[in-house]
Amino acid sequence: MGMCWKRAVDEVREFLGPSSNGSAMKKLQLVMIGNGMAGVRTLEELLKTAPDLYDITVFGAEPHPNYNRIMLSPVLAGEQTIDEIVLNPLHWYARHGITLHLGKAVVRIDRARRVVVAADGTEAHYDRLLIATGSTPFVPPLPGRELEGVISYRDIADTEAMIDAARTHRHAVVIGGGVLGLEAANGLRQRGMSVTVVHLAAWLMDRQLDRTAGGLLARTLGERGLSFALVSQTAELLASPQGRVRAVRLQDGRELPADLVVMAAGIRPNTALAEAAGLLCQRGIVVTDTLQSVTDARIYAVGECAAHRGVAYGLVAPLYEQGQVCATHLAEHGLGRYTGSQVSTKLKVTGIDLFSAGDFMGGEGCEELLLNDLRSGVYKKLVLRGNRLVGACLYGDTHDGPWYLDLIRSGRPVAALRDGLIFGQAACESLAALAAPAGNTPATSTFTPRRPALQGA
Amino acid sequence: MAETRSTCPYCGVGCGVIIEHDERQIISVRGDEQHPANLGRLCTKGSTLHLTATPALTRQTRLLQPMRRLQRGAAPQAVGWDAALDHAADRLAAIHAQHGPDAIGVYVSGQLLTEDYYVFNKLVKGLLGSNHIDTNSRLCMSSAVAGYKATLGADAPPCSYEDLAHAQTVFITGSNMAWAHPVLFRRLEDARRANPAQRWIVADPRRTETADAADLYLALRPGSDVALYHGLLHLLLQEGLTLPDYIAAHTAGFDALKQRVAAFTPEHTAELTGLRIEDLRTAARWFGSSPATLSLYCQGLNQSSSGTAKNAALINLHLACGQIGKPGAGPFSLTGQPNAMGGREVGGLANLLSAHRDLANPAHRAEVAALWGVPEVPGKPGLTAVEMFQAAADGQIKALWIACTNPAQSLPDQATVQRALQRAEFVIVQEAFSTTATAAFADLLLPATTWGEKDGTVTNSERRISRTHAALPPAGAARHDWDIAADVARRLAARIAPERVAMFDYRTPEQVWCEHRESTRGRDLDITGLSYAMLEAQGPQQWPLPEGAMAGRVRLYEDGVFPTPDGRAQFADVAYMPLAEPCDDAYPFGLLTGRLRDQWHGMSRTGQLGRLFGHDGLPSVEVHPADLARLGVAEGELLRVRSRRGNVVLSARGSERMAPGQVFIAMHWGGEVLGGVAAGGVNALTSPAFCPRSKQPELKHAAVAIEPVALPWRLTAMAWLPEGEAATLRELIKPAMAAFGYACLLPFGREPDAHGRSGLLLRAGATGRVSEAVLAPLRAAFGVDGPQAISYLDPERGQHRAVRVRANEAGAEQLDAFWLVGDAGADLHGDLRGDARSDVRSDARGDAKSEAWLRSLLESDAALPNPARQLLMPGVLAGQQMAPISPQVCTCFNVNEAVIRQQLEGLEGSPDHRLTQLQAALKCGTNCGSCLPALRSLVKCVEVRVAVAAVG
Repeated sequence: MGMCWKRAVDEVREFLGPSSNGSAMKKLQLVMIGNGMAGVRTLEELLKTAPDLYDITVFGAEPHPNYNRIMLSPVLAGEQTIDEIVLNPLHWYARHGITLHLGKAVVRIDRARRVVVAADGTEAHYDRLLIATGSTPFVPPLPGRELEGVISYRDIADTEAMIDAARTHRHAVVIGGGVLGLEAANGLRQRGMSVTVVHLAAWLMDRQLDRTAGGLLARTLGERGLSFALVSQTAELLASPQGRVRAVRLQDGRELPADLVVMAAGIRPNTALAEAAGLLCQRGIVVTDTLQSVTDARIYAVGECAAHRGVAYGLVAPLYEQGQVCATHLAEHGLGRYTGSQVSTKLKVTGIDLFSAGDFMGGEGCEELLLNDLRSGVYKKLVLRGNRLVGACLYGDTHDGPWYLDLIRSGRPVAALRDGLIFGQAACESLAALAAPAGNTPATSTFTPRRPALQGA
Repeated sequence: MAETRSTCPYCGVGCGVIIEHDERQIISVRGDEQHPANLGRLCTKGSTLHLTATPALTRQTRLLQPMRRLQRGAAPQAVGWDAALDHAADRLAAIHAQHGPDAIGVYVSGQLLTEDYYVFNKLVKGLLGSNHIDTNSRLCMSSAVAGYKATLGADAPPCSYEDLAHAQTVFITGSNMAWAHPVLFRRLEDARRANPAQRWIVADPRRTETADAADLYLALRPGSDVALYHGLLHLLLQEGLTLPDYIAAHTAGFDALKQRVAAFTPEHTAELTGLRIEDLRTAARWFGSSPATLSLYCQGLNQSSSGTAKNAALINLHLACGQIGKPGAGPFSLTGQPNAMGGREVGGLANLLSAHRDLANPAHRAEVAALWGVPEVPGKPGLTAVEMFQAAADGQIKALWIACTNPAQSLPDQATVQRALQRAEFVIVQEAFSTTATAAFADLLLPATTWGEKDGTVTNSERRISRTHAALPPAGAARHDWDIAADVARRLAARIAPERVAMFDYRTPEQVWCEHRESTRGRDLDITGLSYAMLEAQGPQQWPLPEGAMAGRVRLYEDGVFPTPDGRAQFADVAYMPLAEPCDDAYPFGLLTGRLRDQWHGMSRTGQLGRLFGHDGLPSVEVHPADLARLGVAEGELLRVRSRRGNVVLSARGSERMAPGQVFIAMHWGGEVLGGVAAGGVNALTSPAFCPRSKQPELKHAAVAIEPVALPWRLTAMAWLPEGEAATLRELIKPAMAAFGYACLLPFGREPDAHGRSGLLLRAGATGRVSEAVLAPLRAAFGVDGPQAISYLDPERGQHRAVRVRANEAGAEQLDAFWLVGDAGADLHGDLRGDARSDVRSDARGDAKSEAWLRSLLESDAALPNPARQLLMPGVLAGQQMAPISPQVCTCFNVNEAVIRQQLEGLEGSPDHRLTQLQAALKCGTNCGSCLPALRSLVKCVEVRVAVAAVG
C-alpha cells in the first residue's frame, strides 16, 4: 500500500513539470497571505504529509500569531484571555521553519513575477500562493459611522477596544442580531454595559434560526439583561459635542443612547487583493473543487475569502474541510475533492445551546417535525424532503446536532426512523433494534382493557 | 360535627347510611349498623356517596337555580322561582286548555321519595284529569308488579332479607346481584358460609360474577326463561316434587298450566334453552326437594317483551312446590331503584291508583276520588313510559314534565326519545343535576334537592319503609320535589280549577305522607299503624302495619291466603314467546345489557367520580373472542354496533362470559359519556318492544350487527384538573364530542385527591384529520397547549403528542396531562412509500403503548424520566421497562389483579384461609366487599407457587 502510494506521488510530481522535477535540493516556495484559522490549518495539514516540500512564508496583517477567532467572544465576555486562545504560538512557526511576517499587510500580488508585496515593501516569491485573507466586517453606509466609539467586531484589536469601552462607558448598541452581534452584545453585557441589539429582521439570528428558536434566544438573552429593537433599522449615528457617538437613531425615530456602537451587520469576503491581481471573484475568490483559483492554478484560496460553487463559508468547519483538501493538493498528492459543506451554526454564548444546519426553514415540498419544550427552553425542528433530512434547528438541547448534520450530509433515508428522529440518535438506535426482531407483528390493541380477566386460569 | 340517619339513593336494597356532616358540607358516610337492610354495610357506590356531594362538585354539577331556555339549544337563563313556576303553570294551563289533559305527560322516577311521588300522582290524576303519569320504574319493575298481581293478587314481594339465611336452595335468575345488589349478595354469602348446605342455582345468559359463585350455573339462551320455568315445572311434576295438597288448598288454575307444561319435556326444554338435560334435572331437584327455596330475580326477567310471563312462570314454580309463605322460601323480586316500591304504593304509574288500587276498578276510583275530595278520577289508562315518548314524538303529547330521571339516556330507542323531546312544545326538567342528557332539551329547568338534602320516606325491596333525612339545607335555590310539584299544582289549579288549589296545601313531607297513609287503610299494604314518629323511634318498618299492629309483617301469605277475590293464588298459564327481535342475517348478534359493579343507572351521580371508573373505565362492547377472531378485530379496536334503530361506536373487549353470537354493553353508557356523530349511547340500539301486560320494554335484548369501523385518526387526552373546574370543563367539552366519529369522555382518579385534582379522559376517533377549530379548545381545556406544554408535532403524519408536567412539593416532576393524536391513515395520503409503510402500521401499536405508559405515570404520580420530553418518544419506545396495567379489582383500597395474583401465589391452605390471608395482607375486599366474588375467583384460579419462590 505504502509503496503504491509513493509511486503515485512520484508520477504526479513528474507530471507537474520543471519546478518540481528540477533539483530535489531546492524547495518550492509557498507563500500564504493571511494568518488566520483556515490558512494555518491548511499549513498544519500540509506539514503532516509533506513537511519538507516547501519553504513557507506567511504574511499576517495582525500583530498576532494564529489565534482562535471564534473564541474572541469568550475573551470579550471575560471568560478567557487572549493568550488562551492562541492556536499557534510563535515557536510553532519557528519549529516548522516558517518565515512569519506579522503586522505586514500584503498590498499587491504580481502574478507575472510570482511575487507578493507587503505594505512595507517586503517581497516574497512563490511557486504556489495560498490566499486566506478571510473576511471584513460590512459597515453599512450610515451617517456617523466614522465617529469615535463606532467599531466593528472582527479581531483582537476590536475586542480590546470593546473591553476598554466597557470600562469607561455605559451604553452600547450593537447593530445586527446575528451570531457576531449577539456574541458582542453578550460580552459587553457581561462587562457591565447596558446593551441594545438593533436587528432588521423579526427575530434574532434569522439566517440561522427559525422564528421560534429566535424567540427563545431573545427570551434567554433578555433574561440576562439584553434589550432588543427588532424589525428596526438604524438611520444614523448621532455625535456628542466631543465627537464621540452618543446615540443611535432608528428609522422609526427612536433614539437609543450609545457610547459604543458595534457594527455586526455581516461580513464580506476580503477579495480586494485578489481582484486587483485579476483573479475571478464573485462573492469570493472563485475556486475549484481543489481549492485552486479558476484564474490561476498556482493560486489557492481557502476560508472566508473563497467562493466555492457560489458559496463563501463563514464557519470554521467548512474552512477546515477546505484546508484539508487544499493541503493534499499543495502536498502534490492530488487526493480528494472539496464538494462543499453542510454547515451548522453554534453561538458562543455560555449557557446557550443552539444549533442549526441545512435548510431548516423548510417550505414547499418539505415536511417538518417539531418538538416544543419551551418551559425547559428546548425547541427542535427537523426538516425533511422526501425521505431525507435536509435541515435542523435546535435550541436548548443540541446534543444530537452533529448526528443530524451527518444525516443531512449523507442524505441517508430516514423514513424508518421518522418517529424517533427528533428524539435523537439513541432513540433511533433503540427503534431500529426493536424493529429488527419485532418484524411485522400485526397492529393490535389500542387500549389495555381494565377489567379483571379471570377466565383461562 | 353532626350525624344524620338517612338512606342510600342507589339500588333497591335500601341500605341505611349515617351521614357525618358539619351542617354545611358532608364529611363522610358509613353504613347504618341499626338498619335492618344492611346492618352497617355499604357497597362501592354507597360508601362513596359523600364524595358525590362535595362543595366542589355541587357547585359544578348541580342545578342550583331555576333556569329558562328562551330558545332551544341556547344556554338557559336563570329566573326566580315565582317566574319559573308561573311560567310552568301558564304553559301547562294553556296546553291543557287548548289540547286537553291528554296533551300533558308527566314522567317521574323510582328515585323520588314516596311523598314526592304522591303529590305528582295526585297532580296528574286529581288535577290535570288524566293518567299520563309514568315513571322510570316502568323500565325496571313493572313486569314484577304485573307478575305478582297476576299470580298472588297484589304487588307485594312476599319475602324479607332474613329469608336469605333460611333458604336451602337459592335460585338467582335474571339477576347479577353480585354487582347490582352487592350488600344483599354479601348477606347471601354469609348465609352460605353459615350453612354450607345452601345451594345456589344461577340462570343467566352471561356468566356473571354471580354465576361464578353458583353451585349450578344455567347459561340459558337469551329470552328462554319461560321455557326454562315451564321445563322445570314439567320435571318437578315428573319427579313428584310438587305439593299437590298446597296446590289444592291455596291455588287455582293448575290444570291448564299442567297441560301446557306437558309439552316442555326435558328434551324440548333443553332445545329451547340451550341447557343440558342433566342440569335441568339437577335444578328441578334442588328447587323441589329443598325445605326452603328462595328465588331472587331482577331485570333479566323484567326487561322483556314477555316480562310478566317470565315473572308469573317463575312464581308458578313456588306455588306448585308450596315454596312460599315460609321462612327461606318465595319469589323475591329485587328492586332496581331505591323507591320503586314507594312509587308503586302511591299508585304513581299510568295504570295504577293509590295504595295498590286498580284504575279499571270503579270502586277503587271512587275511593280515591273521595280521599282527594274530587268528583272522580279518570279511568282511562294513561300512557306508559315508552308510549308517552312515542306519543310526544308523534305530536300528541305537547308538554313533558320530567322529574328526577334522565330519559334521554335510559329509555330505549333514543332516536324516538330525542325526537319526542325536540317535538314537545314545552319540556320541564325537574332535576338535581344540570349535567344529564335530558337537561339539554329542557325549556324550563327546576332545581330539586337530592341525596343528603331530601326528607321523607322510601320503601325497599323487602317492603321496608325507611326515613330519609336531610343532613344539609338544599343546595342553592333547590327545593324538594314534592314542594315544587305542589307549588306548580296550586298555581295550575288557580288557572284551570281554582276549587282544587287547597288539595295541594302541603307544608311538610309528613303532611303528604299522612294523606298517603290514610289511602292505605284496609289495603294489602295498610300502614295506618305507622307514623313518622314510630319510624324515628323504632327504625325502618315493613308493611303491612295496620292500625294497632306493633310491627310490620316479615313474610306474606304464611296462612296460604292471597289477596285475590277467592283468596287463592292463581297459576299463570302463560305461553313461551320468543324474543321480540330475534337475530337474523342482517342483525346476527344478540345484544345483552346489564350493569357494571361500580356504576348506577345513567351515572348522573356515580359518573361524577373518577374512582368509580377504576373498575371499568372504558365504554366497551364485550364480544366472544371467537366472534372477534371471525371479524378480524383485535381487543381494544373500535367496533360499530348497529341495530335497526341506531348505532354506536365503542371499544371491543373479548369476553367468554357470553356464548358466541351474543354481545354485551353496559346499560350505563349514555350520550353523556359516549358520543360521536351517532350519539345516544347504548339505548340508541335498544328496542322499544314491550311486554303487552306490563308495558316494560325489552331493554335486555336487541338484534345487532357489529363491524370494524375505520377511524384512523385517534385522540386520547387525559389530565389532572383542579377539582373545582374539572366537571365544568367536562360539560364544556361534551358538545365537541359530536365532531368525532367516536368519542368518550369520562372522569378518572381517586377522590378524595390529596392535591385537590380530578381526572378527565377523552378518547376520540375520526375518519380523517379533525379541524383545529375543534381541537384547539380541547387542548386548552386539557391544558396541553401554550408554553407550559411539551409537544411533539409531525403535521404531515397527523401526529401530535403533548404533555403537561408539574413539579410537586419535593420539586420532582409529575405528569399532569397528556394529549396523543395519531393518524394511522397518514400513509394513505402522505408521500411515504415502500419501506415506510410497515413502520406506519406499527404506529397504532406504539400509540397504544404510549397511552398505557403515560396513563400509568399520570395516575400513579410516578417519577418522570428526565428530561420529561422523553415522554413524547414514539410509542414503541415508551416506557420499555413498564409493566402492563393490571385491572383494578378492589375499588375501596385500589388493589389490582396483578398484585393479588402475586400475593396469592405465596398463600397456602384452604380457599377460605387463603382469602383471609389475602385480605389481611392487601386489605382488598375488607371494606364494602363488592369485589369478594372476584377475589374468590382469583383464589380459585391462582395456584400456590411457594416452592418455586423458595427455590428461585
